[in-house]
Amino acid sequence: MSRAPITVTNLTGGYNGTAVIHNCNMQIAAGEIVVIMGGSGSGKSTFLRHLIGLKPPMEGDVQLFGESLYSVDEIARLRLLKGIGVAFQSGALLSSLTVAENVALPLIEHSELDRETIGVIVRMKLDFVGLLGKEDLLPSELSGGMLKRVAVARAIALDPRLTFMDEPSAGLDPVVAAALDELIIKLRDTLGMSVAVVTHELESAFKIADRIVVLDRGHIIFSGSVAEIKASSNQRIQNLINRIAEDEEFDPETHLRRLVGEA
Amino acid sequence: MEQRLDRLAQRVADTGLTAIQFVAFVGQAIRLIMQSFHLLVRGPSIGQPVRLRHVVEEIISGGIQSLPVVILMAATIGIMLSIQGIHSLRIFGAETQVSFGLALSIPREFAPLITGIIVAGRSGSQLASRIGSMRLNGEIDALTVMGISPVRFIVAPALIGLLISLPILVAVATVASLTAGQLYIEATIGIASQAFWADVLSVVTMVDLAHCFGKAVLFAFLISLIGIVMGLGVSGGAEVLGRATTSSVVTCIGAIIAADTAVALLL
Repeated sequence: MSRAPITVTNLTGGYNGTAVIHNCNMQIAAGEIVVIMGGSGSGKSTFLRHLIGLKPPMEGDVQLFGESLYSVDEIARLRLLKGIGVAFQSGALLSSLTVAENVALPLIEHSELDRETIGVIVRMKLDFVGLLGKEDLLPSELSGGMLKRVAVARAIALDPRLTFMDEPSAGLDPVVAAALDELIIKLRDTLGMSVAVVTHELESAFKIADRIVVLDRGHIIFSGSVAEIKASSNQRIQNLINRIAEDEEFDPETHLRRLVGEA
Repeated sequence: MEQRLDRLAQRVADTGLTAIQFVAFVGQAIRLIMQSFHLLVRGPSIGQPVRLRHVVEEIISGGIQSLPVVILMAATIGIMLSIQGIHSLRIFGAETQVSFGLALSIPREFAPLITGIIVAGRSGSQLASRIGSMRLNGEIDALTVMGISPVRFIVAPALIGLLISLPILVAVATVASLTAGQLYIEATIGIASQAFWADVLSVVTMVDLAHCFGKAVLFAFLISLIGIVMGLGVSGGAEVLGRATTSSVVTCIGAIIAADTAVALLL
């Protein structure tokens, strides 16, 4: 049995019986930053939901720290999930709680620490993401970048061995995006954390990744280093990294039929 | 002919779909009840304790904050029943018996029903909108990936909170309604307070109280579960959330009236 933070074996999954992810295999080693890339509709978000325990696969398995995530009961799955951190694209902070209460939540629920110690840890995590002093704000009072950083602080509150981040720099200005990239690298370098980042931001991916996994139409078509992806001869990968639109055959007649709703 | 058959087939299909949705709804509600009580009992030993703090918060938001409107409505109903009772009984020269009418109808029927409807409008819609909004914002997913069971964090406190607060509210409503009725009766036909309460206590039995609090518990289950299940069913956007909130109130009130009628007919 593998003890890697996460091992994905022959994963096929999707919605309502329709497969969106096909026979994917992946492993993330301890202290590794893996960037999962792909264009819109490539299945990144669905893949992530399978990895973080929110969606049972149609086939295959996901193992967290050597234990199967989906062949255990709900309580055992929740216990396994305590070992990971997830920063959602939207932040998904509890809107009725303040910033400090959001970050403190996993500590209150899963540790025996007293309030004072939890308060210190919360301030440390907020300092780590550059938000010390914002403890008493509500999520509705935060900017998009701040929401994402609070989500990261909450995700790392329990110092998990593996953290997932969904589009951490999407929609952020370049300065904040760069700060988040630095933060991810800091998590690996200072805490030895494994980080899986789902993104389509090429610049960010090339900056932080130890390894890049490319999803295309639900298939993993590439897994390798930044240097390897740049040198790849695969046309679809080159299209992705050089931002070239897919070369669909253009038939004026079919296009016209589509416009008038006949096709 | 063919069109008629099509329409008939469509109606049969729609009815079947509604029946399936109803069964799924009931199934989910039963599952949530079982999970909630399981986590209430076993939660501390499996790392998923239902926090007393969350239950108290629900008692405050679902119960204590409803107190003013419940007291106001119950008192109004007490006065209305007194007015109508005196008016009707005067025909037979028996208006002094009005206290018996209030004693037999308020604890058994009006207090639970009025309180249930008020709480359905307030807490049922609040639950549906809060949980629906949490679903749309990904907060429920966030709880799950933090290893926190949404059932023990949201569902169980709401259910248990209402199971505690609704019987208390019904008791308060009963007292408020009878007191308001007594004050009106004393002011209009001069029945003294002691005589009124003596009449009330002479006719109210344990069976009446069992009806009163049994209905409160039944309505608490209905309101919380309808609000929760409708909230959990929200997906898409704000429009769906609005529909679920409105629908939860209508469904809660409909279910309360149906359950009340069934209890009245059967017991």
